[in-house]
This record gives sequence, C-alpha cells and structure tokens, in this order.
Amino acid sequence: MDVEILSRIQFAFTIAFHYIYPPLSIGLGLVLVIMEGLYLKTGLKIYEDMTRFWIRIFALIFGLGVATGIIMEFEFGTNWATYSKYVGDIFGSALAAEGIFAFALESGFLGILLFGWNRVSSKVHFLSTIMVFLGSMFSAVWIVVANSWQQTPAGYHIVGEGLQARAEITDFWEMVFNPSSMERLSHVWIGAFLAGAFLVLSVHAYYIRKGKHLAIAKPGFKIALAVATIFSLAQLFTGHKSADGVAKNQPAKLAALEGHYDSSAVADMYLMGWVNNKTQTTTGIKIPGGLSFLLHQDFKTPVTGLNAFKPEDRPGQVNAVFQFYHIMVAIGMLLIALTLYASLLWWRGKLFENNWLMGVFVWAVLLPQIANQAGWFAAEMGRQPWVVYNLLRTSDALSKAVKAEQVLVSLILFTLVYSILLVLFLYLLNKKIKHGPELTAPNEEKEIEAKSIRENPIMN
Amino acid sequence: MFLGLDYNTWWFLVFGAVISGYAILDGFDLGAGALHLFLKKEESRRIALNAIGPVWDGNEVWLVIAGGALFAGFPIAYAAVFSAFYLPVMVFLIGLIWRAVAIEFRSKEPGKLWRLTWDIVYTFACVVVTFSLGLMLGNVALGIPLNEEKEFSGSMLSFFNLFSILVGITTLALFMMHGAIYLAMKTENRLYVKLTVLAKNFTIFFVVAFSLTTLYTLLYIPHLSDKIRSNPQYFIFPVIMILAIASIPRQLKRGNYRLAFLFSSLTIASLLIAVAVEVFPYLLYASNNPANSITIDNAASSAKTMKTLLIIAMIGTPLVATYTAFVFWTFKGKVKLDEMSY
Ligand code: HDD
Ligand code: HEM
Ligand code: HEM
Repeated sequence: MDVEILSRIQFAFTIAFHYIYPPLSIGLGLVLVIMEGLYLKTGLKIYEDMTRFWIRIFALIFGLGVATGIIMEFEFGTNWATYSKYVGDIFGSALAAEGIFAFALESGFLGILLFGWNRVSSKVHFLSTIMVFLGSMFSAVWIVVANSWQQTPAGYHIVGEGLQARAEITDFWEMVFNPSSMERLSHVWIGAFLAGAFLVLSVHAYYIRKGKHLAIAKPGFKIALAVATIFSLAQLFTGHKSADGVAKNQPAKLAALEGHYDSSAVADMYLMGWVNNKTQTTTGIKIPGGLSFLLHQDFKTPVTGLNAFKPEDRPGQVNAVFQFYHIMVAIGMLLIALTLYASLLWWRGKLFENNWLMGVFVWAVLLPQIANQAGWFAAEMGRQPWVVYNLLRTSDALSKAVKAEQVLVSLILFTLVYSILLVLFLYLLNKKIKHGPELTAPNEEKEIEAKSIRENPIMN
Repeated sequence: MFLGLDYNTWWFLVFGAVISGYAILDGFDLGAGALHLFLKKEESRRIALNAIGPVWDGNEVWLVIAGGALFAGFPIAYAAVFSAFYLPVMVFLIGLIWRAVAIEFRSKEPGKLWRLTWDIVYTFACVVVTFSLGLMLGNVALGIPLNEEKEFSGSMLSFFNLFSILVGITTLALFMMHGAIYLAMKTENRLYVKLTVLAKNFTIFFVVAFSLTTLYTLLYIPHLSDKIRSNPQYFIFPVIMILAIASIPRQLKRGNYRLAFLFSSLTIASLLIAVAVEVFPYLLYASNNPANSITIDNAASSAKTMKTLLIIAMIGTPLVATYTAFVFWTFKGKVKLDEMSY
C-alpha cells in the first residue's frame, strides 16, 4: 500500500475514533445543563444525584475525547503537509480560534465541574456546567467551519502556482459563513445532542427494566426523551437543508449519494439499494423521480449525474458513499418513529409499562453513533478525489518527507492503542452503569409524584 | 506593522509566549507524573494526582493553542516540522494519550494491580513525552536538513544526536524539579517533607544536566551562542536565567515553595527565550543549505490572516487568563481528598 492510501486510512481511523466521544460530550453536556438546572430550580435531591451520576460518566467520556483529539490537531502537519501549506492561511485561524475560544473554556471549567462540587456554590457550579457545554459547542463550530470550507471554499483567492500554490483569505467572515458551514454545523450539533440523549435513555431504560434506581431512572428518562424527540424531528430539517446544499455546491457528491449516473435522466430516490460502479447501474427499492422531485418539485426534471464529470473528478467509492448515506437517513427516520411512539405513550401515561420498548431503548444508543459516523463517511468520501473541493487533490496533499513504512508503523500503533482504549472504556463505562447512581434521597419519589403534576411538566 | 514591529515578528512572540505557557503549565503536570513512582504510599499517589487533577487538562490546551498558532501563522513551518519529526511526534502524541487515560482510569478500580499498572503507565508516559519534547527542541535549535521545497530530507536516526539527547535529559530534569516544587506547594505533613527532599535532588539533577548541555553547546555548537556573544545587550537573558536557577535552591532551603515555583517557571521561560533569541528569525534552520531555511517571513500566512490572528489573540488572551486564574484560585491551597477525587 502506498503513502496516500495508508494516510487516508489512518486519518479516517483516528478521526472516526475521536468522533465517538465529542458527540457524547456535547449531547451529555446539554442533558447535564437541564438536569442541574432542574436541581437548582426545584431543589430536589434526585436531580442532584442524577447530575452527579452523569458527571462521573461525562468525565470518562471527556477524557477519551481529549486524549484522541490531540492526535487530530497534529495529524494535518504530520501526514498532510502539502495540504497544511495550502490551507494554513485559512484553516489555521479556525484551529487557533478553536483552541483559544473553545478548548480553553471547556477544559478550564471542566476542573470545577468535576472536582468543584464541594468548593463552589451551586450557582457557580451550574455556571461551570454551562461553560463546559458551551465550550464543547464552540469546538464543533470551528472545526466544522474549517471542514466546510474545504467542502465549499469561499472568501479566498489562490496565490502561487502548481504545488507552491496556496489559498489566502480575502474575507474572514465570508470564509466562516461559507455556503455549507451553517447547515452542516446545525446538523452536526443535533447529531451530537441525539448521541448524548440516547446514551442517557439507554442507561435509564436499563435501570427501569431491572427495576433499579427507579426514583432517578424514570424522571431522567423523560428528560432525555424530550430532548431526543425534539431533535430527531429537527434533524430531518437540517439534513434536508444539507442535501439541498450538496445539490447546489457539490453535484458530483449528490449524484454519488443517490447512485445517479445518467445526466439526461430523471433521478430516483432509493430507500435501499446497491450501486455497481462498473456497469454504472443502481438497483433497489426506489421512488421513481424522487430526487428530481425533492430538488425541483417536479418528478420529470433530469438531475446532473456522475457521467457529467470526468472519471478522475468523481468519487471512486460510489457504493460506499451511497450505503453510508442511506444508513444515516434510515436511522434518522427510525429515530423519529421511535421517539414519537415513546412520547405518545408518555402522553398517555403508559411509558414505563412497556418492557420491550425499554429493551429497544437500551440498544438504541448505537443508532445515533452509527448515523454520525455514516454521515461523516458519506460527506468525506463523497468529496473525493478532492481534499479541497475542486482545488486540491487528495493525492497531491500528502507529506513528501514521510515514507509508507513510517505511516504503517504509526497506523499499527494507533490500531493497538485505540483497541485497548476502546475495551477499557467500555469496561469502565459498563462498571459505572452497573454501579449506578448513589441515592441520597430514597423517599422523594412519592413527594415528586404529588408535586410534579402541579409544577413540573417533565414529570408527567 | 503594529507598535513598531511587523506582524510576523508579533506572531513569533505570541507563539513563543504560548509555548512558554505550555512548558510552564504542563511542565509541572509532566514533572509530577515523571516522579510519580518515587511516591510510595497509595494515599500520597492519590494526593499527587489530585494536585494536578483539576488543572492538567486546561494546561494541555496550551499545546493545542500552540499547534493552532503555528498552523495559522506559519503554516509552512507547521507542515515541515511535523512531517519531519513524524515518528517522534507520534511517540509524543501516544505518550500524551496514555498520560490522559492513566490519570482518568487509575481511580476507577480499587485493585492493587490495576492501580500499580496505571501508575507505571503514567510515569512512563510522562517521561517519554517530556524527553521527546526536549529531543525535538534540541533538533530545532540545531537545524535539520531541508530540500528546496522546505521539506525534511534527512534520516530520522539523525535526531538522536548527542546534543539533542542532552537537551532531552535536561528537559526531563527541569520538569521533574518544577513538578516536585509544585507538589510540595500543594501538600502537607510527611508527604510534604518527602517532596522537599525530592525537589532538592531534582534541582541538583537539573543543574548538572544543564551545565553539561551548556558546556557542550559552547564547545561544539558555537553558532547557538553567536548572537548572545556578539550582542552584549542580550547578555541580560543568560544572566536572568542563571539568577533564576540560583534562586531555586535558596528558596527551597527557606521553605518558600511559592517563590521557588516562580523561579522555576522563570527558568523555563528564560531557557526558551534564550533559544528563541538564537534562532530568530529562523523557525527551522536548514543545516544542509541555509538558503532552504524556514524563516518567519517565508513561512508566514498572508498579512490579512496575521492581522486576524492578532485580533483573535488580543480578544482571547484576557479571556483565557481570567478563567485560568479563576480555576487556579478555586483550587488554591493544600489538596484535600473528598468523594469526587480521583
Ligand atoms: C477540518 C477538517 C476535518 C474535519 C473536521 C473532519 N475531517 Fe475528515 N478529512 C479531512 C478533514 C476533516 C481531510 C484532512 O481533509 C481528509 C484527509 C484525507 C482526505 O481526503 O480528507 C479527511 C478524510 C476523511 C475520511 C477518509 C475519506 C477517504 O479517504 O476516502 C473519512 C472517513 C473522514 N475524514 C471522516 C471524518 C469524520 C468521521 C469526521 C468527524 C469528526 C471528520 N472526518 C471531520
Ligand atoms: C480533524 C478535526 C479535529 C481536530 C483537529 C480536533 C482536535 C481536538 C483536540 C486537540 C481536542 C483536545 C482538546 C483538549 O485538550 O481539551 C479535542 C477534543 C474535543 N473535540 Fe475534537 N477535533 C476534531 C474534530 C472534532 C469534531 C468534528 C468535533 C465535534 C463536532 C469535535 C469536538 C470536540 C470536543 C467537544 C472535544 C472535547 C473533548 C470531548 O468532549 O470529548 N472535534 N479535539
Ligand atoms: C433524517 C434524515 C437525514 C438526512 C436527509 C440527512 C442528510 C445529510 C446529508 C445530505 C449529509 C451530507 C452533507 C455534506 O456532505 O455536506 C449529511 C451528513 C451528516 N449527517 Fe445526516 N441526515 C439525516 C439524518 C442524520 C442523523 C439522524 C444523524 C445523526 C444522529 C446524522 C448525522 C450526520 C453527520 C454527522 C454528517 C456529517 C457532517 C456533515 O457533513 O454535515 N444525519 N446528512
């Protein structure tokens, strides 16, 4: 294998591994803010216990996010030196801003969030929780802006020629608000909220099934369900906006997402299917003309297909892009169905009577994770063969000083280290979940039931 | 131009300040980690971990900012440095991973073997991280071969030269001294006494390593002291450095650990300043052909970006300083273990 393919595998592997944790931190951050806010508002001990329990899990997740994130910061320089020179002028500012505005905020207040419970007042603690949450939201902002710039470059001009060429900023805000950044940011944020909310749902559903820690498990489940329902629905909108944007800005990617080759033909929309890149055909269950309709509100208008692009200018792995995209969309629909159904039961007051539904929620934690990964893989593989869309090719972006053997060594190291980390992470997470929250308020459940109907809509 | 200096020079100063901030702040975390195994009792180890617990992650962020600052301001240097030092950087990063997870995982199980394993991983990771940091600094000071495209053209083995290894060892000694002083500041009773002894021993270790490195530099690498020798006004830097180093044992003897910590921080900063004065305006000197060197001018981003960056830094620095101070203030005083501790 050559340097290019090894570097791509290494980048995909390390970023995908990193991306297990930040969405959980962001989503859990939101849930923690709600839980602690309810504690401050109502003064009920169960919210305090709930918050403390989830802070412990948050610490574990956050630790892994930090450990794996540091790698990413330097991997542009180590493996993608030419790319770094090309985009440094633009991309670097986003990365620097991320460090200063986001990570410093996040990790500074993290200390208080984790260790400050007995040292600061509950208001200051709550403020720290909010700061950590905001910090994690900001870190998504800058990195997604940087990534969006390379998907849809704007606010720059090219200086120099050939491999000495580089992009320089002409307008900072145009760079930040490039055509795809806002819709992708909202899509990424919501994906993260879903990841966090479903983790909480899973753990609480597990307790409910086992009949343990019910005083905490039930209200906690409802908080997370409210978050999950709202954002599952919202994700459909941001996803649709993203697809619209892709159609406008990256037609070759759109064609790959739906496996659409023939530019003179009407474009179908697939529920599932299989793309054969050799014969340039796609088979599966489809809505004929569906894509045409989504884009042009008309089943008959043709859509630009992959054939309109030179073979060297279109993504190579069309089937993979297609599959990842369809997995994500299918999961999106599934999440909507699942959360709406559960909310309906909640409304009827029957939420916890359904043991198998709780069983589904225990495992549903995997769904947003898979959708998040699949979404990125579709977006990034669909961008190929460009690193910076229509400007710089992936094969030109490499570090010339780095040899294949070196990348192979580091890739093997990462595989080893990350496998160990994942096993330990799951082991410790499982242990914490089994151990459960420490109850300081066992008798409050009844009180809440009575009180809640009057004061606290979440409890009904 | 801004206040008489051009943007590139300003950004060089900012970058230098961030690197110094990192070395001073994460320096004590790494040093405390490197000496972790010298502490024998379980409770001592827990106290040592909790002394850095609330702050080490914030300290590490300075490294992230430094990486971003280099990438943004001098992308060509960022590309060249990290691809040249490919394997040492990977070792450094993997060391940082293990440091982070060792701190996080150790307290999660009560078992003796579990904790011992993580103690060893932790110490080893901190030693590796510190040494590789010093090794890379040594090579940057020396210069490495670069081709016309400003990419590394030598062999990785050449990084293990005597000078850089000496710098690596000196860095380790410096951080261990710095870490021991920090821990002494945060502890009491018998652990405190033990740490004061360690702090003294590491100070000796550092002074010896530092003297050897300096001697070697003066004898064999004259170009690394050229500028200071030919510009008498720069003598101020080595003088401050020597005074700071000399004050450490004095303050240790008096038991004034806060001042000692201040002086060991000053030592770190002045060492880095001395290196910066010598290499400026080079960011990476091409040892094979000086014409291929990377300087602050040929590596810089566009003037517009430099300006944006300075604005970002001017807004960001006071913010970061405020909440860093707030966090340190919240956790001031001697470490006490409670139910949220590691
Ligand atoms: C700001 C930059 C940035 C950000 C935020 C991301 N990526 Fe990315 N990604 C790149 C910058 C990049 C890149 C440096 O531009 C790569 C390296 C090689 C390439 O073609 O693009 C890349 C490639 C790349 C590939 C390999 C594609 C291929 O080689 O066919 C995958 C699977 C991902 N990324 C996945 C992700 C995931 C799961 C992310 C979510 C966290 C993510 N990327 C965020
Ligand atoms: C290639 C791109 C990326 C780089 C260079 C990168 C870099 C980093 C670094 C250096 C850290 C550790 C910071 C610390 O020490 O506190 C980190 C953590 C984090 N990153 Fe990333 N990251 C990338 C992708 C992403 C994406 C796409 C997101 C979110 C959408 C994200 C969100 C976070 C968050 C929230 C943290 C804090 C730790 C946690 O919450 O788990 N990162 N990242
Ligand atoms: C409900 C239907 C959904 C639609 C129509 C949709 C649409 C899209 C599209 C078109 C992209 C590619 C954007 C680009 O390349 O610029 C994308 C990317 C992505 N999707 Fe979705 N999505 C849906 C659901 C979800 C869900 C449920 C999640 C996670 C929980 C998710 C997470 C992601 C992520 C993380 C990315 C990559 C980041 C990005 O490019 O924005 N998506 N989605």
